[in-house]
Amino acid sequence: MFNRFLTRSLVTLLAATLAVGFAQRVEIEFWHGLTAPSGPLLETFAAEFNASQDQYTVNATFRGSYPDTMNAAIAAYRAGNAPHIVQMFEVGTGTMLAAGPAIKPVHELFAETGIPFDPERYLPAVRGYYSLPDGRMMSMPFNSSTAVMFVNNDALAQAGFDPDTVALDTWDDVRTVAKQVVDTGAANCGFSFAWPTWTQFEQFSAIHDTPFATRANGFEGMDAELVINSPLHVRHVQTLIDMAAEGSFTYGGRDAAGDALFPSGECAILQGSSGLRGRVVREATFDWSIVPLPVYADAVTTPLNSIIGGASFWVMTAPGRTDAEYRAAAEFFNFLGQVEIVERFHVETGFLPIVFGVYEKLSAEGYYVTNPGADTGYLQLARTAPTPNSMGFRLGNLPEIRNIIQEEVETALQGQQTAQQALDNAVERGNVVLRAFERANR
Amino acid sequence: MRRRTIYRHKLLPYLLLAPQLAITLVFFFWPAGQAIYQSLLIQDPFGLRTQFVWFENFQAILSAPRYLESVRVTLVFSTSVTLLAMAPALLLAVMADQVVRGATGYRTLLVWPYAIAPAVAAVLWLFIFHPSIGQVGQGLRALGIPWDYRINGDQALWLVIFVSAWKQVSYNFLFFLAGLQSIPKTIVEAAAIDGASSNRRFWRVIFPLLSPTTFFLLIVNIIYAFFDTFGVIHALTQGGPGRATTTLMYRVYRDGWINLDLGGSSAQSVILMTAVILLTVVQFRYIERRVHY
Repeated sequence: MFNRFLTRSLVTLLAATLAVGFAQRVEIEFWHGLTAPSGPLLETFAAEFNASQDQYTVNATFRGSYPDTMNAAIAAYRAGNAPHIVQMFEVGTGTMLAAGPAIKPVHELFAETGIPFDPERYLPAVRGYYSLPDGRMMSMPFNSSTAVMFVNNDALAQAGFDPDTVALDTWDDVRTVAKQVVDTGAANCGFSFAWPTWTQFEQFSAIHDTPFATRANGFEGMDAELVINSPLHVRHVQTLIDMAAEGSFTYGGRDAAGDALFPSGECAILQGSSGLRGRVVREATFDWSIVPLPVYADAVTTPLNSIIGGASFWVMTAPGRTDAEYRAAAEFFNFLGQVEIVERFHVETGFLPIVFGVYEKLSAEGYYVTNPGADTGYLQLARTAPTPNSMGFRLGNLPEIRNIIQEEVETALQGQQTAQQALDNAVERGNVVLRAFERANR
Repeated sequence: MRRRTIYRHKLLPYLLLAPQLAITLVFFFWPAGQAIYQSLLIQDPFGLRTQFVWFENFQAILSAPRYLESVRVTLVFSTSVTLLAMAPALLLAVMADQVVRGATGYRTLLVWPYAIAPAVAAVLWLFIFHPSIGQVGQGLRALGIPWDYRINGDQALWLVIFVSAWKQVSYNFLFFLAGLQSIPKTIVEAAAIDGASSNRRFWRVIFPLLSPTTFFLLIVNIIYAFFDTFGVIHALTQGGPGRATTTLMYRVYRDGWINLDLGGSSAQSVILMTAVILLTVVQFRYIERRVHY
């Protein structure tokens, strides 16, 4: 009995050794947080990568929402077996950057493995978000979106506007139109938005070329402080309060809760992620269009580029990780950055075409003529060169800061505090969060 | 005379207790100890930098006015959930106890909600109460009531209380029904012969005899309201609007899981754990005296 066991073990061992001798594929783990349709497509890309060569195998697995994926990766790192690649939402960038030895920056990854990589192929507003101020890329951009404004043309027409010519460039325009939509009964809700902090503060600050925080929104140091209680920000919150009072604005709830208000026809105008377009195509039973975000005309002459949302891929370290495993990650990244892959992802999911060449190719093919509005986000994102105010954010615990801002603005919309008080509170509380992060990561 | 040990062997009792003790140690004392230790640290999420800060986390939490606000929300929330989950359950149990025909059918129907996961229950109620896509929500607005829990804190709190309590009614119902059925019919009949009205029979005879069940459910429901209502709040309001539905438990989740503040979140758990232990001790000490077994 024992003999047989021994023999079998030896045979297995021999077989394993032989397999190593021949073609042992290097396997790497890749955790992501994308749901359908994006998630399955990403897994298809991994499968195609595996089939395209015989050296590496990428095991892509879904690990729940972005925060769940992040926590799973952190727990795995603490246990000594972090995944090789993990997807992290853009607001987790500051936290990951502070995680020094836990991560392998993308520029280092390519330099050490000797695999050629050109970060300049990526749009500046995308690349910049995930790079150090000196341009060294830290994580690999993948699914990126930006905020745009969805307009229900039927509701506007019913309210007496010509949807083709109506101006929606400024907040005054938006307010006038939304008010008339509600007053004429064309829709119950004139204007709303999803992702309150992202659309009303992060995007808003970027396109108005106004800082969200000091130290170039945190890019230049962990000692950044929030400055969203500036007169322009206060004025904007006051506009929202006034619009809510006159009935032209309805608050849609936190995070993605507002999304549902547009395709259902409830709200005539909605600011949300460009990625919402897919759902609008499927669900909306009315004529609609997508336009850029509005501005305060007297606050900015040339609106800047908007910023991205979405997620990027981080390479993580673990004890005993080999060069071959890092090479696998680098090759996989290059595979994902190909024009054909980015194009497929853009067309099938609605995320932005983040490398140069894709938009141009699709335009030439007439894709945006048959799919109106699919290019609004891209054009808005690429319309100017990013300034320090529109590069993105490098703030620790940004998810918490987003929540604080939501809380304070909600309290102001309930009439329990003024716009100025709300933003002063948000700044004070947000700075406490930033100082705590600075201290924990010193 | 009290009977002394029946075990000759000194080790045997310990050996027999060992599995239970091991489980308690591994699944309760070890994590609780970890939480207490973590609550004394300031650490980055990856565990790369750790500072031992004694009670600084506790100090920071207890001096924040917003923490006291969550304490208030939690008290209102737990009291209301407990009352709203127990009173209708008792009423339903008394009714079901009197049903002769089709009793099993009623009981099965009344138990159903318990089989629904909190998050799913919350989503179901969301589709009913949502101001623009929910039937009841639209109805309320049509009646001229400015129903919008997304921006009205009181309505949001009311909604999460209602949904959390609804989830628990079935559980309470089962226990109340079992309790009612174990009350000897003869006692109730004797009271009836003595001329006690049905109202009087309930309050003077049945209710006191039911008190062990009621007491047990009181503790279970308070613990439920404290610890198990996370799913409902998360799916419905995420603690908002403002901080209107941010209970202590929801704060622990947000600070620990989303904000990755392990020290602060552990300190909050320790405070919460202490509070529930104290509450249970008080209940056993003072309320249990009035319970008839």
